[in-house]
Amino acid sequence: MKFILSVWRQPSATATGRLVDYPIDGIGADDSFLEVIDAINENLMAQQQEPIAYEMDCREGICGSCSLMINGSAHGPQRATTTCQLYMREFSDGETITVEPWRADALPVIKDLIVDRSAMDRIMQSAGYISVHTGEAPDANEILVSKHRADRAFEAASCIGCGACIAACPNASAMLFVAAKVVQLALLPQGQPERCHRVISMVEAMDREGFGNCSNHYECAEACPKSIPLSVIAHLNREFLQAGLFGREFSAAAHRVVHEE
Amino acid sequence: MSSSILPDARVPGGGMEQKWEHCLDNLHLLSPANKRKKKIIVVGTGLAGASACATMAELGYQVEAFTFHDSPRRAHSIAAQGGINASKNYCNDGDSDFRLFMDTIKGGDFRSREANVYRLAQISGSIIDQCVAQGVPFAREYDGHLDNRSFGGALVSRTFYAKGQTGQQLLLGAYGAMNRQIHLGKVHLHTRSEMLELVLKDGRACGIITRNLLTGEIRSHSADAVVLATGGYSNIYHRSTNAAGSNVTASYRSYRRGALFANPSFTQIHPTCIPVMHAHQSKLTLMSESLRNHGRIWVPVAADDQREARDIPETERDYFLERKYPAYGNLSPRDISSRAVKQVCDEGRGVGALKHSVYLDLQDAIQQHGTAFIEQQYGNLLDMYQHITNVNPYQHPLQIYPAAHYSMGGLWVDYHLMSNIPGLFVIGEANFSDHGANRLGASALMQGLADGYFILPQTIGHYLAENAPVRVSDHDPVFSATVEEAQDRISRLLAIKGKRSVASFHRELGDIMWHHCGMARNQLGLNSAIENISALRAQFWANLNIVGSATDLNQTLEYAGRVADYLEFAELMCRDALAREESCGAHYRAEHQIQGEAKRNDKQFSHVAAWHFQGDANTPQLHKEPLNFDCAKQVERNYR
Repeated sequence: MKFILSVWRQPSATATGRLVDYPIDGIGADDSFLEVIDAINENLMAQQQEPIAYEMDCREGICGSCSLMINGSAHGPQRATTTCQLYMREFSDGETITVEPWRADALPVIKDLIVDRSAMDRIMQSAGYISVHTGEAPDANEILVSKHRADRAFEAASCIGCGACIAACPNASAMLFVAAKVVQLALLPQGQPERCHRVISMVEAMDREGFGNCSNHYECAEACPKSIPLSVIAHLNREFLQAGLFGREFSAAAHRVVHEE
Repeated sequence: MSSSILPDARVPGGGMEQKWEHCLDNLHLLSPANKRKKKIIVVGTGLAGASACATMAELGYQVEAFTFHDSPRRAHSIAAQGGINASKNYCNDGDSDFRLFMDTIKGGDFRSREANVYRLAQISGSIIDQCVAQGVPFAREYDGHLDNRSFGGALVSRTFYAKGQTGQQLLLGAYGAMNRQIHLGKVHLHTRSEMLELVLKDGRACGIITRNLLTGEIRSHSADAVVLATGGYSNIYHRSTNAAGSNVTASYRSYRRGALFANPSFTQIHPTCIPVMHAHQSKLTLMSESLRNHGRIWVPVAADDQREARDIPETERDYFLERKYPAYGNLSPRDISSRAVKQVCDEGRGVGALKHSVYLDLQDAIQQHGTAFIEQQYGNLLDMYQHITNVNPYQHPLQIYPAAHYSMGGLWVDYHLMSNIPGLFVIGEANFSDHGANRLGASALMQGLADGYFILPQTIGHYLAENAPVRVSDHDPVFSATVEEAQDRISRLLAIKGKRSVASFHRELGDIMWHHCGMARNQLGLNSAIENISALRAQFWANLNIVGSATDLNQTLEYAGRVADYLEFAELMCRDALAREESCGAHYRAEHQIQGEAKRNDKQFSHVAAWHFQGDANTPQLHKEPLNFDCAKQVERNYR
């Protein structure tokens, strides 16, 4: 197969970027999208030109490093797929494919296709955890969690922090990303003592970082490679409202406001 | 050089059950006020690193954490799929600390340090407690209790799991615990920072040199102790289950500064991975061992059988693991399963277009339990398989082949997890201690978290209290001298201005290692590999092409530095494999076998091989730590 990759090249954060076309031939349908960029890079380097900078690591869809807008879609055309798990069989022979970085003010471009996602880490640092010192834990089976609830918590917890939801959102909102963590921990008994504090802190951190607000475009869940359901955003809003009513220091566990299934 | 370079392993006295308690009771302690004055560098923020950062910060230490990733959550621990072992005996199937210890020792073919492994089993239960308290969403039964499944090399169900994302969920737990300490100002996180060198003063580790991957800035960082949690080196084979960035640099640069490298040739080749399908392929994706709970592995009885799997009747299938190892069957340990897979493929009975894979078949389980059950258990793994291969594994058996996966070898550490260099600690996959010559499934997560949450944060205090070293200033001449060496190496890489890409060298090195220092090794092959590696290294330094500068984000330069280290380290792996004239665990010397099974030589090789760097012009020196087995009897490893 042959393709033309029209790739966003931007030498640095402050430089002006532009799309540059790179034709490539001899690609197999089972080659991965990233292997095609690697092949272009080998060609570029052979001509003493700078290779395309992009991020990847595990190449098995779990580390969340890869982050490409492909033909205008975060992680490309296939649903529930990271860029690294995208194969050329998804494209037509001879196609021109546009490749751009995530686009969001809060995720500025560093170079070419690499963006700075540290804002997402800072949201997590604000309160995206359960505070428990090493050694404080009771026996694991003393905390019972129904299978249904545990499975829903897992579904939310499967976020890989890639930022596709933000890139796909017209408002560059991080609601799906924040909601996934808030909901995971709100569903579990261990998460109750800090439940109100957590949601307020994380939403404040999200606002501080300059992410936009959700206005129900639903693009985020569509783009999510881990199929995190849109319902977590509704759940986040409910958590936020509840915390607003009761206050940041309110301990949900003591007052039985855990939502029954 | 005298043999005194290998220090005492500091294994405490007393009965096996009491050793860890004994060790804890006798550790020197630091007051909370003095802990706050101590600064500890942790390199790597995967399971071991993040859990250590969090716990040491909770204790009051100042922690400086370094990762080459943009976020700690990208560490390759996330890719661990199937589970984490613990001797909770929740299933009431007769499990105990002793059984987990015995399975792990036997799984490692009696080439690990007994006391370390016993401690690992003792700590295993606390890890599950800790992770559940953090909100890690482990799989549960309908009644709300934690669910368990079986893994290779065990006859009990002791593996806790979170679908096929156990590593990801455990890492996010440790990441959360570390984030909390970052928020509190106790951990200072340096992302996109790669460690280039270890700095020593008066024989002690006193800091590191890093390169900022965005700006190219080379910086000195001083501390009272340095912890390496930098993972494994299976990426040396080029195609492996490891992440593209996984590398040996931090460990290898420390080895060049005098740290002993133990059992470097002990590398795990995992039996169930998606095979190489085309020339450009950059990655071999793991299919979790957990699939072997319900999947049956087979090949056609006849060589060159062209029929579709479903057209081959039951009587013409060879379920070779069940046939050869009836007691453990499809859950035989990884080294043994991998060799059996290789053997049937070498016999010409492999399946698939290139005849180099075997079937992992879920049909019987689907018929017995239904598709919904299999989807619930393995859904995300099977989706991944379909994404990559475009084959529906619910309808057709998976095709799998072994791939390089894990490093049992690593820097030598004593019972306190300190290397032979005072002040340099090594945890997780980066050290050698617990898995011997073969690691059992679901044990890597257990070891990483045991080291990070429960062992290192205790033992490091002993070093800091006992020695009370005065922190070396990062303006000390030892830092500027080491910075100069690191800078010089980068300049030399950029000055080559040759024709060949870094990847082409990595591919060629990977081929050499896979063929001569992979699943089967022999003297002739290893000797030729050493020659070929040396020639390839010379070519690398004469004909490498790096475009771009050192003062900018330059991924090719980063990659070149790592491959340069692999090109040296590969030789050490081969030397170790050559010196070990026996077969044990994953180390299979064709000269030492009985009907295809590893033939161990306890008389001569019941030791840890710890290698000491002697300069580029000399071969490294081998030191041996004898392994004594007081508790576990060194028997033949029988899974039949």
